[in-house]
Amino acid sequence: MSTAHQTVGPYWHLLEYEGWDDLLREGGPNAGMEGEAVTLTGRITDGAGAPVTDAQIEIWQADPEGRYDGAFHGFGRARTDEAGRFRFRTVKPGPVPGRGNATQAPHIQLQIFARGLLRHLTTRAYFAGEALNHSDPLLALVPEERRGTLIAKPGAAGEWVLDIRLRGDGETVFLDI
Amino acid sequence: MADPLPFRRDDPTHQPPLHAPSYRSTQGRAPLLAPIRAPITVTEASAPRFDPAHYPTRLDLSRLEGRPALGERIIVAGRLTEEDGRPVANAMIEIWQANAAGRYDHPGDQHDAPLDPNFLGRGRLFTDGNGEYRFETIKPGAYPWGNHHNAWRPNHIHFGVHGAGSAQRLITQMYFPGDPLLALDPIFNTIPNAVARERLVSRFELDLTVPEYALGYRFDIVLRGRDATPFEDGHA
Repeated sequence: MSTAHQTVGPYWHLLEYEGWDDLLREGGPNAGMEGEAVTLTGRITDGAGAPVTDAQIEIWQADPEGRYDGAFHGFGRARTDEAGRFRFRTVKPGPVPGRGNATQAPHIQLQIFARGLLRHLTTRAYFAGEALNHSDPLLALVPEERRGTLIAKPGAAGEWVLDIRLRGDGETVFLDI
Repeated sequence: MADPLPFRRDDPTHQPPLHAPSYRSTQGRAPLLAPIRAPITVTEASAPRFDPAHYPTRLDLSRLEGRPALGERIIVAGRLTEEDGRPVANAMIEIWQANAAGRYDHPGDQHDAPLDPNFLGRGRLFTDGNGEYRFETIKPGAYPWGNHHNAWRPNHIHFGVHGAGSAQRLITQMYFPGDPLLALDPIFNTIPNAVARERLVSRFELDLTVPEYALGYRFDIVLRGRDATPFEDGHA
């Protein structure tokens, strides 16, 4: 049996290090990497619509060619601020292989940790307008009316916006993996 | 490329539920809808490889630039394995904790207990080839919290572990044997199964104890293993 999860609590910021939300940071594992920078941002809100101000978000993603085992280090960690907003600077991932002969649309995995979450939540950010979204095997498992909770929308230049609702109206689709 | 093997499903009685009325913060934050069971793909079967050059280790929390922190120095060590017993080598383990007085070095912690200028309360290391790890730190103090009247968290150290697959990501808390607060703690007691709870309680071990120096506590950690029967539960 695997070890039981426990909440990350309100003091996880002891593990927050400057720049981990910027995958392209100077001196970081991807410094000097080619590729178009994008920002993934959004607000996390709770069941009352109030901002979740003490969450930790981690991302894991492929490189622009869809590889997880290439030179690109696709990991980032960010906090939510007093408005519940998180922000990552990264590159847009490419399509990655699915099971069998399937292809998955470009996506970034998000894991959300917070006080009040006894286990972390896993979800994904897809990108609006991607043709592959229509044939993505995971999106196909999600009822159409909830699919939008997994699809980031273009914001300002180079910005992709995905708001996350932990609970209640418009609740984000979380994944049991 | 062969499809990745799924990970074993957690026994729900061995994990805390998302909804636990006794832990008040769950009430506004735990999702209401069931999660969607997703097939394991390379996204879930792969995980970041952390280079110590960018993720520097800190194995000894018990001193800062040579100056000793206050409190009872302890050794916390154990082994990281998957469910089949296979050791997980080179895994990044992070810990964070309160100081001996029960205060975190965190602006959000306003508990009226002293900060220790020589204790930051954060550590990081990578498991060795046998999945073994070892920190030196200070035994954390208990502290009050606002969950209910006269609520106190038992002594605990937070652990975060990255395995070989992002589906194995684990954040948990290590507790100490004989702590009278364990029986009263809503977070610990959200785990239904008593054996699973006890596995979060470290064991005092004389063999880990260093004479004239520090008591040793063992805390072994198990990550989800691979499922040998990949096509059940509609995973195909």
